[in-house]
Amino acid sequence: MREVAVVGVGVNKWGELWEKSLRDIFVEAALKAMDDADVSKIDALYVGCMAPGLFVGQEHLASLLADYLGQCPIPAARVESACASGGLAFRTAWMDVALGLHDIVLAGGVEKMLDVDGGGATYALATAADQEWEGYNGATFPGLYAMIANAYQKKYRISYDKFRDQLAHVAVKNHDNGLLNPNAQYHMKLTLDAVKNATMVADPLRLFDCSPITDGAASVILCPVEIAKKKFRKHKIIEVIGTGAATDTIALHDREDFTYLKATEIAAQQAYKMANVFPKDIDLAEVHDCFTIAEICVTEALGFFKPGKGGEAAASGVTALDGKMPINTSGGLKSKGHPVGATGIAQIVELTEQLRGEAGKRQLKDPRVGLAQNMGGSGGSTIVHILKSL
Amino acid sequence: MPKEPKVGIIGYGSYIPRYRIKLEEIAKVWGADAVAYKRGLMLYEKSVPAPDQDVITMSVEAARRAIVRAGINPIDIGAVYVGSESHPYAVKPTGTTVAEAIGATPAIHCADMEFACKAGSEGMFVSYGLVKAGLIKYGLGIGADTSQGAPGDALEYSASAGAAAFLFGAKNVLATVDYTTSFMTDTPDFWRRENAHYPSHGGRFTGDPAYFRTSLGCAKMLFEASGMKPQDFRFCVFHQPNGKFPCRVAEMCGFTKKQYETGLLTPWLGNTYSGASPMGLTAILDVAKPGDKIFMVSYGSGAGSDGFVYTVTDAIKGKAKLAPQTHPQLHENKFYLDYGTYAKFRGKIRTAG
Amino acid sequence: MSGITARYWREMPQRYRGEAGKSLSTGKVFFPPRLVEPGNGNRRFKPVKLEYTGELLTFTIIRVAPSGFEKQSPYAIGIIELKGGGRITTQITDIPVENVKIGMKVRVEFRKINDDGHEGIHLYGYKVVPE
Repeated sequence: MREVAVVGVGVNKWGELWEKSLRDIFVEAALKAMDDADVSKIDALYVGCMAPGLFVGQEHLASLLADYLGQCPIPAARVESACASGGLAFRTAWMDVALGLHDIVLAGGVEKMLDVDGGGATYALATAADQEWEGYNGATFPGLYAMIANAYQKKYRISYDKFRDQLAHVAVKNHDNGLLNPNAQYHMKLTLDAVKNATMVADPLRLFDCSPITDGAASVILCPVEIAKKKFRKHKIIEVIGTGAATDTIALHDREDFTYLKATEIAAQQAYKMANVFPKDIDLAEVHDCFTIAEICVTEALGFFKPGKGGEAAASGVTALDGKMPINTSGGLKSKGHPVGATGIAQIVELTEQLRGEAGKRQLKDPRVGLAQNMGGSGGSTIVHILKSL
Repeated sequence: MPKEPKVGIIGYGSYIPRYRIKLEEIAKVWGADAVAYKRGLMLYEKSVPAPDQDVITMSVEAARRAIVRAGINPIDIGAVYVGSESHPYAVKPTGTTVAEAIGATPAIHCADMEFACKAGSEGMFVSYGLVKAGLIKYGLGIGADTSQGAPGDALEYSASAGAAAFLFGAKNVLATVDYTTSFMTDTPDFWRRENAHYPSHGGRFTGDPAYFRTSLGCAKMLFEASGMKPQDFRFCVFHQPNGKFPCRVAEMCGFTKKQYETGLLTPWLGNTYSGASPMGLTAILDVAKPGDKIFMVSYGSGAGSDGFVYTVTDAIKGKAKLAPQTHPQLHENKFYLDYGTYAKFRGKIRTAG
Repeated sequence: MSGITARYWREMPQRYRGEAGKSLSTGKVFFPPRLVEPGNGNRRFKPVKLEYTGELLTFTIIRVAPSGFEKQSPYAIGIIELKGGGRITTQITDIPVENVKIGMKVRVEFRKINDDGHEGIHLYGYKVVPE
């Protein structure tokens, strides 16, 4: 197997992009990544996208995007694992390059979510749950994560007020980081009170506990480290040193412990083992904070904090930009936005920029190893990657 | 000649939604005189189906209760007849969903009945007849409605929701059917035209020439057929479109309050249409003792009545407690609605989409 | 949601009658029934019916509903562990949403879940009510 590097990244401003189509936003981000790497031709394309059929009525997406990127006849594939589609597209591209099939491969992610109304978007996202045995009876994603939150509060016997505070700290921290990210959907400072008094979506989760509905795309270029060393000297070379992927039951009710993200722990252990690092070696992590409770459970499953202690970590500032274990320096899904298929790729973009030392105002001091965790559904799939600056 | 087995009710069940609206709450909206309604019609409150309840769901629950009381395997039920004027579909049977949900398919005969408020007793009558003819082992007759009165119409004060289910069979009969009669004429006192949302009625014409003439006609036939007198019965139950009519008709027949009060549910339940007199019968069976005789006359506009005489047997012992009983359902665990929520629940508000 | 008829009809044994599968290897109840048991590869199951009483393990109150459920919100939905084994995710109905509590005892009832638009079929299934 060949060692693989990330040599180009591209993401544009996310948000409500009324004037742009799915193909527009994908191609813009892809061209930005290609320009960043200084390539005009790629050998293969993998695109993560969860539900183009439901959001914009378009399937057969990979060919369409290869065409509009001016790259036909290269092979192209759409990769889908709900909200983990981007992470899985990156892993698929990594496998392609590692196995020696292609040299210059683009891994992209895109979702155009605002072409349907709120009910339509809630429905499309709910298809990532078990349609017959959760969705049929009226379950939604905020609802499933809210059930996780209520189970968490009960399991760890945290008072409602304290728990509510911990959740709010995650949102406030991620919005603080998002203020420093020019591409984030929201540049809006949140206060604890604003989060705790926002409109209730699914008790105990309020509006600012939820990631938004977003139009957005992101792209990265992968190639073998050997080629990167010869041809791509523009930026510091960032190597993919670990990858892991795992599944869990798609229906939340089939899990023994609703608060334990088993797939995340297993995928992380695979990645740690491959990279030969431990949680304490990670300098920063981009994790899947689709809801505030998710960041708490994920940081526990990744081994950063003990079970039941993820909320305290957020509340005490450990996960802040200047904390011991910075989480979601990009602003996370919470403030950067969550165009579901693009999220996993954007996490790789953030790690790459941080590890290169090109993260602007939110740049950490000399980080060496970063971890990205991208999750599908209520935890039914998780992709973990570990990147390192050479 | 071997003695013919006595056919009758082997299990029964009722279902009443938990939501209620008080008569004053409706009267307030339309500027009506609540005190006059309460005094004149003996109506105090009525049941309201939740948005997730309809004739099918209530029939299933009532049928499941009847099955529990009968202690039979539902696969042996040979016919299901659901009587209602608010079947959820204009075309597509209610009965197939009920039969499927209780586990009685596919060897089962099924038809939906409609005869204004008499459809429930029709289903009972036909189920009984088929069992008696030896064509089926068990028959399930159900009366259920989520009736609608037009907003502001007199009917809105009474139209309510509920279901009653009866299993008929020839073994372990808890109440034998001793006599039946039916009385029919063409009397247009209440109707709903195809595609009309709410029913129409003939006002005071629904009284003497319709309800009273028909109910009394059927009762007279039943007394003649049975050779019995009002004093021979412990209970009687009549159709109950309001609180006043059934009391009056019972007294006209020679019954006393003691005989009709157990089966009189309308003042607190409202008019459950096809469920009305069958629901009253379930309340009676909840408290009946072996040997009790029950006199039942239903009524449906259009118009007709079915009459039944039942004798309660030893098999009634211990049955009531096997499933929720009617009076506790009527008086416990109630949630009161304001008119706005009631209007939303009943689809009376025109919405987008 | 149009074109749901076949999908709906196929699942009636589960939605209407709670038909489940009990592992002949571990005794675990699977709802809906499965062909193979996770973890041990067992393929032998016997058909069983869910017991219709259970306990609420966790829940939430949905205040932003997906299409088709808008007029029902707010509604409580939760995960119920049934007495004889098997778990379901469904709505807790016939109770003011603010009174729903983890650990409460509930009973399954047959209810209408949704409609397939204004002219499509009615969609029935199971919900739970306080015991």
